[in-house]
Amino acid sequence: MQEINKERKPLIVAFCCNWCSYAGADLAGSSRLSYPANVKIIRVPCSCRVNPLFILKAFQRGADGVILCGCHPGDCHYTTGNYYTRRRMSLLFSMLDYLGIERERTRVEWVSAAEGAKFSNVMNDFAKTINELGENKRLEDLRCKD
Amino acid sequence: MQKIGVFVCWCGSNISATVDVKKVAEVLKAEPGVVVSENYQYMCSENGQALIRNAIKEHGLTGVVVCSCSPRMHEATFRKTCESAGINPYMVEIANIREQCSWIHKDIEEATEKAIILGRTAIAKLKLNAPLTAGESAVTKRALVIGGGIAGIQSALDIAEAGFEVDIVEQSPTIGGNMAKLDKTFPTLDCAACILTPKMVDCAQNDKIDIMTFSEIESVKGFVGNFKVEIRRKARFVNEKTCTGCGVCMQKCPAKKGLNEFNMGLNNRPAIYIPFAQAIPNVAIIDPEQCLKIKNGKCGLCSMNCQVNAIDYTMKDEIVEREYGAIVVATGYKPISLENFNEYGYDTYKDVVTSLEFERIMNAAGPTNGQLVRPSDGKHPHVITFIQCVGSRDTSGCGKPYCSKICCMYTAKHAMLLREKYPDTEVHVFYIDVRTPGKNYDEFFRRAVEQYDVDYIKGMVGKVYKEGDKLMVQGSDLINDEQVIIPSDMVVLAAAIEPNPSVRKIATMLTASIDTNNFLTEAHAKLRPVESPTAGIFLSGVCQGPKDIPETVSQASACAAKVIGLLAKDTLKCNACVAHSDEMICTGCSVCENVCPYGAITYVDKEFRLGGGKTEVRRVAQVNPAVCQGCGACTVTCPSGAMDLKGFSTKQIMAEVDAVCKR
Amino acid sequence: MEKSEQIKLIKERSGTDAKKCMKCGKCSGRCPAYADMDIKPHQFVSYIEKGEIDKLLNSKSLFTCLTCFACVERCPRGVAPAAIIEAVRQEVIRMQGENRVKAEEIPEIVDDKIPQQLLVSMFRKYNK
Repeated sequence: MQEINKERKPLIVAFCCNWCSYAGADLAGSSRLSYPANVKIIRVPCSCRVNPLFILKAFQRGADGVILCGCHPGDCHYTTGNYYTRRRMSLLFSMLDYLGIERERTRVEWVSAAEGAKFSNVMNDFAKTINELGENKRLEDLRCKD
Repeated sequence: MQKIGVFVCWCGSNISATVDVKKVAEVLKAEPGVVVSENYQYMCSENGQALIRNAIKEHGLTGVVVCSCSPRMHEATFRKTCESAGINPYMVEIANIREQCSWIHKDIEEATEKAIILGRTAIAKLKLNAPLTAGESAVTKRALVIGGGIAGIQSALDIAEAGFEVDIVEQSPTIGGNMAKLDKTFPTLDCAACILTPKMVDCAQNDKIDIMTFSEIESVKGFVGNFKVEIRRKARFVNEKTCTGCGVCMQKCPAKKGLNEFNMGLNNRPAIYIPFAQAIPNVAIIDPEQCLKIKNGKCGLCSMNCQVNAIDYTMKDEIVEREYGAIVVATGYKPISLENFNEYGYDTYKDVVTSLEFERIMNAAGPTNGQLVRPSDGKHPHVITFIQCVGSRDTSGCGKPYCSKICCMYTAKHAMLLREKYPDTEVHVFYIDVRTPGKNYDEFFRRAVEQYDVDYIKGMVGKVYKEGDKLMVQGSDLINDEQVIIPSDMVVLAAAIEPNPSVRKIATMLTASIDTNNFLTEAHAKLRPVESPTAGIFLSGVCQGPKDIPETVSQASACAAKVIGLLAKDTLKCNACVAHSDEMICTGCSVCENVCPYGAITYVDKEFRLGGGKTEVRRVAQVNPAVCQGCGACTVTCPSGAMDLKGFSTKQIMAEVDAVCKR
Repeated sequence: MEKSEQIKLIKERSGTDAKKCMKCGKCSGRCPAYADMDIKPHQFVSYIEKGEIDKLLNSKSLFTCLTCFACVERCPRGVAPAAIIEAVRQEVIRMQGENRVKAEEIPEIVDDKIPQQLLVSMFRKYNK
């Protein structure tokens, strides 16, 4: 298992809301709180901008885990966006679970702009979970393989 | 094909210490579409920016990727740089290789590899960028103030002072609000009428201010700078323009059983009445529920005695439509209903009154002409007990969970005034906490205790019951750890305050957000306290949260400053990254309209050419770019995929996902 | 003696204004004899403020108070609870008209190690 991990590091795609979690990631950076390099952040204006398609696409292209970070419930910059996220994702994740993408590979977290430490903790924890789960093979499009 | 320039910043050693910047620049140069790739120590410095500008001119770049710090830091800087060199500012993408890479990773190889991927991702997105221009919309230079209490009056006066026209819409027949009912004001004890009525007169005399009393907001359309509001001017059955306010009709009216709203129902008024002597406008109004002429056609005494023929029993409601650039909500408060608090006997005993009723009893212009008498028998009370926090800080559901903020101070005021005017009285106050944050507030409260001998008892009252002539107030004294019973002649309840019930309807019309207690939510609790999250809507006074007069006036003026700032602009620049709908795909299902928190989406019937000279009319979504804030909720909700967000389009994010996942 | 007069006397003797008390409880918070008191220092102030002294006159606290003045030292409002307790104690002793310590008893309880000052204080505190 260890050997495999060394060769092919799991890939994690993190969608971060511009107003909270992306700023939280910036704070983690300026506080020098590290998290694995295989976490790649994509900036979105609000967590509700994340189309389920993006997540399916990520898994198709070989991501091993997808995490969505938004503002805490009630704190959405756009008032209600994260409530939509919460409902949409619980639906999507149960569907992905049905398709064989383990529940642990998908996650929604609320991280505020002040929670740099939380951001890095969440990413470390998620990376650890994904590491333990290993490679995602279910939705991966073999044509995307190098 | 785009010509892309990549600029990798060292950020001194912040980036270059863990990321091999030269390698990053080199690798990214090989990406398709990239024509130039440079690295420099400080890209944000004047020299760094000059490097970008020169490269744009030299290579004729169409887009720029800067690998540097967080876009939250310098995106605006680099956009400006590119704009000055002739590229659209939205053709710039930032790869965050400092916060997300060099600062958190120690291994140079690993960090360099990540930086390259982040750079590639930014390039992939940039390739799908389109030049964006922020739209502009004109500003109607007129403001609407909803509510004519001290908050609305102050906001209106300040806005008018700056030279803009203001309309005050007030639901009751006069402006003045709750403050007009007060006797004295803490902590200086000046008389409320003496400081408020001159402001009311100022409003009436200011030719920039139009006062519409006995009116309600019927509908609100439009957006910041361009609101269209319908105002219902309810029938007052008296011509406002001709009535002189002489008051003869009031004397002649035979139906005198109406409860006097201004005196909190403590006495009666005729069916035709002027709310109070200093009412603005000083015009009579007929209560159709009481008027004999309107009810059964017999009477007409007021009309017969009116010298100026101002009375019109057939008057109907009128709808006025006006346009505004900004709307101020100043709907104020009312004391809560005490039906859930039987223990204090408010509904049972006449001598248990609320503080606002007590205010009228103490007021020289009130129902007792300022004489302190019990409502039940007109006798002078000797022992008066105040109970604070009636319904405030109550999470049981009977009252309100918040602190009403003003009660501690007005109770101290009442107690002090009582002891000052009637030294023969004995005054007790039951309290949980005495909260007196404010300039000279605690000193004021201590004066009540130390100079005026008011007996403050820490503890709450369990019940109020009658024994003979006395109201027995049974409560606990937590300091002395005992139960006390105080035989009183009168009990005054400091009832919690709640937002005016009309605010919920108004907030819905304005799409302004509102909390569970019906207080309007501010755009930011600390940094934008007088603005609603909905652009163009401003909050003044208690509608935003409990506050006293000094605070209300400060907020009202702050609110006016924001309104003036908005009205001073001829046009508004809108957010460029807004949603837009592809009319060819839109099915007109209305789902996006429902999720939009700003009411930016409307549906229109549009004619489409089908070819062969045929046309069809379809219902399609249209986004108002002046209102859209660019959250993207609609884009995901849209079942047909017609909605997309400029600057964060589905294709762009897909390309980013693709680039990130490429191994 | 009239009760109101008695209260007036106690207030006068203590030389402190109980109305200034804002009921923060710092006096009782610092009191080293708190556990042995039936009426606590802050309650002394409160009772005097309300003009109720019957309970105080029978309180055990009068003779457990060490008169260490910690409460006076700590009070943020310049009230002196110890002075009030002292004034009530004086009142009780005067009312009883007798001394709680007799000079004849001293040799029996005295110990060589007791400082002279303590004996003087004892007479001042427990005698008329």
